[in-house]
Amino acid sequence: MGNWPVLTIVTFLPLVGVLFLALVRGDDDVAKRNIRVITLITTVVTFLVSLQVWGRFDPSNPGFQMVEKSTWLGGLFNYHMGVDGISVAFVILTAFLMPFCILASWDSVQTRVKEYMIAFLVLETLMIGVFTALDLMLFYVFFEAGLIPMFIIIGVWGGPRRVYASFKFFLYTLLGSVLMLIAMLAMYYEAGTADIPTLLGHNFPATLQTWAFLAFFASFAVKMPMWPVHTWLPDAHVEAPTAGSVILAGILLKMGGYGFLRFSLPMFPLASEYFQPMVFTLSIVAIVYTSLVALAQEDIKKLIAYSSVAHMGYVTMGIFTFNAAGLQGAIFQMVSHGFVSGALFLSVGVIYDRMHTRDISAYGGLVNRMPWYAVAFLVFTMANVGLPGTSGFVGEFLTLLGAYRANTWVALFAATGVILSAGYALWLLARVMNGKLEKPSLAGILDLDWRERIVVVPLVLVTIFYGVYPAPVLNASEASVQALVAKTQAVLGAAAKVATLAN
Amino acid sequence: MTLDLMPAMPEILLAIGALALLMVGVFVGEKSVGVVTWGAVLALAVALVWVLIGPTAASAFGGTFVVDPFSTFMKVLALIGSAVAIVLSARPAATDHWSRFEYPVLVMLATVGMMAMISANDLISLYLGLELQSLALYVVASIDRDNLKSTEAGLKYFVLGALSSGMLLYGASLLYGFTGHTGFPQIAAHLKAHGVSLGLVFGLVFVLAGLAFKISAVPFHMWTPDVYEGSPTAVTAFFAGAPKVAAFALVIRVVAEALGPAGHNWQQIVVFIAFASMALGAFAGIGQTNIKRLMAYSSIGHMGYALVGLAAGTAQGIAGVSIYLAIYLVTTLGTFALILSMRRDGKAVEDIADLAGLSRSQPLVAFGLSMLLFSLAGIPPLAGFFGKLYVFLAAVEAKMYVLAVLGVLASVVGAFYYIRIVKLIYFDEPAAELDRPSIEQKVVFALASIFVLVFVFAGNGLVSAANAAAKSLF
Repeated sequence: MGNWPVLTIVTFLPLVGVLFLALVRGDDDVAKRNIRVITLITTVVTFLVSLQVWGRFDPSNPGFQMVEKSTWLGGLFNYHMGVDGISVAFVILTAFLMPFCILASWDSVQTRVKEYMIAFLVLETLMIGVFTALDLMLFYVFFEAGLIPMFIIIGVWGGPRRVYASFKFFLYTLLGSVLMLIAMLAMYYEAGTADIPTLLGHNFPATLQTWAFLAFFASFAVKMPMWPVHTWLPDAHVEAPTAGSVILAGILLKMGGYGFLRFSLPMFPLASEYFQPMVFTLSIVAIVYTSLVALAQEDIKKLIAYSSVAHMGYVTMGIFTFNAAGLQGAIFQMVSHGFVSGALFLSVGVIYDRMHTRDISAYGGLVNRMPWYAVAFLVFTMANVGLPGTSGFVGEFLTLLGAYRANTWVALFAATGVILSAGYALWLLARVMNGKLEKPSLAGILDLDWRERIVVVPLVLVTIFYGVYPAPVLNASEASVQALVAKTQAVLGAAAKVATLAN
Repeated sequence: MTLDLMPAMPEILLAIGALALLMVGVFVGEKSVGVVTWGAVLALAVALVWVLIGPTAASAFGGTFVVDPFSTFMKVLALIGSAVAIVLSARPAATDHWSRFEYPVLVMLATVGMMAMISANDLISLYLGLELQSLALYVVASIDRDNLKSTEAGLKYFVLGALSSGMLLYGASLLYGFTGHTGFPQIAAHLKAHGVSLGLVFGLVFVLAGLAFKISAVPFHMWTPDVYEGSPTAVTAFFAGAPKVAAFALVIRVVAEALGPAGHNWQQIVVFIAFASMALGAFAGIGQTNIKRLMAYSSIGHMGYALVGLAAGTAQGIAGVSIYLAIYLVTTLGTFALILSMRRDGKAVEDIADLAGLSRSQPLVAFGLSMLLFSLAGIPPLAGFFGKLYVFLAAVEAKMYVLAVLGVLASVVGAFYYIRIVKLIYFDEPAAELDRPSIEQKVVFALASIFVLVFVFAGNGLVSAANAAAKSLF
């Protein structure tokens, strides 16, 4: 088990599954079942191999680990893979969520099953690749290529307005990313390399930092998404199939936050500090405004989508506090939001599969017919609110703590978001679950079947486990975050000294 | 001065081959079409091998004709483009009743002209090659002579082409008049020694205008959509590939070699036509419903991106252009192989809407076409992205940030019409089923699709060949 390239294997293992899927012939029920089983096995094996990454990861080492490197494209760029404390959790999270997505699509996707599963496996490869790539161009290729399968997934298996949603998703994200590409080329030209570890140690001139920061910001803010460029997200979420929403909320949104942590903060510390007030403002607007918008939603998926935007506001706020609590909180918040929002979308999928509507007004009193479901939904809602004892609390608390140290006003405004999130989440819970089961259409609704329980139970356990014992994620990220904070503060301190001397 | 014909051997061979096949056609008559077609492909293949194994650096005809890694690279592209176009043309020509033995011969002669253009190192040889190519192309555009659209395309192409040739010739005469030389190296040396005079700038503008017409760059692009739409599709497949590459090679040679010292004079022109082409290609393509017209606007846009690399004016930029052209050629040929296969009950259809639901009836073809379209849109990890990457890298290196940013923004707009086709293929309900592609269409299409998919893993060879080609110009 010595030095096998575990990251390459985790990244490209799903493509092996694609090869097997390509061999399956026919379109009858047996073929469909085979396709689903192959995909499930592939994703489970990928997850098991990703645990190997977790096992071999040394939390005390702040640098990149399990590094693989070879030349690519005529030596201009490198195939360079590795993980550190910031990225390792996302690799595991991605591999962890995929089997649930496949299970969630087991019965709900009946048309073109093969293409659907292929799209998901390709997407998994690309998402893991984003978190393991250590070369600018390699990162960009993974980052951007994810648009293709996601475009197809929303457009083919989505809801009634799928075409509009898929185009909006594609063009919005593409527009953000191409500017980042130009900034990457400028960085490559300035530093003479596209190697991320080398670039992390490079001091970019202040003007380049400003422009590159803005270009990266355009890409990550759209991906995240931050207010006011979040409008693609509710559309994409509402129209995407359940598993598509899970991936969108669980992983794709995290790429933005990961990008801020990997590029913006360590590579452009001066610009990050310069733009800190702007990011704080946008974050607070996101937290307060989109929470209010969520209150007014009548579509369950849209409500959760807006709550995602609000939660990502905590992440951006935490990242730009420049202190360890804020950064670790942001990472934890992203991981926690990854499986909590994923679980919420899966839960919506459960009742959508039964009733084919996502209108809140179509439901009520489900607790009477669906006790299992009600318990799971309660746990996920509480985690979404940030109740102590669930994973949602840890991230929100740490980011608020970090924000308090950086700027009290920011923490004050952001904390109102906690109340607002309790407002919309509990109100949703009350309208959908509680009360008497009065609607005749709901009288025959069934509780979770065995497959849905397999999906929901692990997610409930994980939500509570990380709420009570967040140490695994926090420990893993600690050394890397400390190094990042130390480096950023050193650069900022030096710049401040120069400024004082100049005066 | 010894007359060493060896460097020009592939051209001479191809010319003799064309004349011999013409004789065969004339004496045997219409039933010789098959022999002439495959004979032409064979001759092009032999020329290709010769180009590859022949000398890598040589000159002939008193220095007016040069062979260097750059010319080898571009000639390989042009020969591949011509040969594939002939292969693709045989079947549709027979089905649509425009099958004539002259067609392969004319394509061969046009290819001789292209190779002469690529190797041109003198204004005279430049013009000779260009006219040989152009005259053959005018005839080829109207090869379906009983078809009104085809003859109209040929006539438009001829009138506008003649006008642009005239401008080019006038510009060339100014260049000669103000430098006293026709050879590229001599012109460059004169510019270096005496600087750039006003008359020379006029000459430069006229030459560039004439050449911009040949690569269909804005504002000299008007003929492109009409000629693309009017010509038989197999001919359009030829127009979109090899002649563009050859004309672009010529542009590179003229501006980088002859006018290199006048860099900042032509750079602003190239920047403008690059931007205008990218923008027009992106915006004008949105409204198109005919896939051939759409490809015309697409090719205008792609010429714009390639010009971005040229605008940088560095070895890195030329290498980027070379990579871009190679990828563009392959992707275009693959896409046209599919457009040629778009037939319903034997009758050719050209509407984009006819592709609706292709993913149901022919899933593999649909997948390949989507990959080609995403590649044209420049989405990683497909080949088209790397083409754009290298030209924008050069632009950023030359500090042309504005052009680079405008370019990538145009590419987002352009992406819209490519993904609109993907939407038709994947999201929409099937239209009436299309006929199956023929074997040669399948082969070309499959090779192109595989190329755009595996470039990310195996692009090293092309990248280093392009780098070597670009270095030979500096």
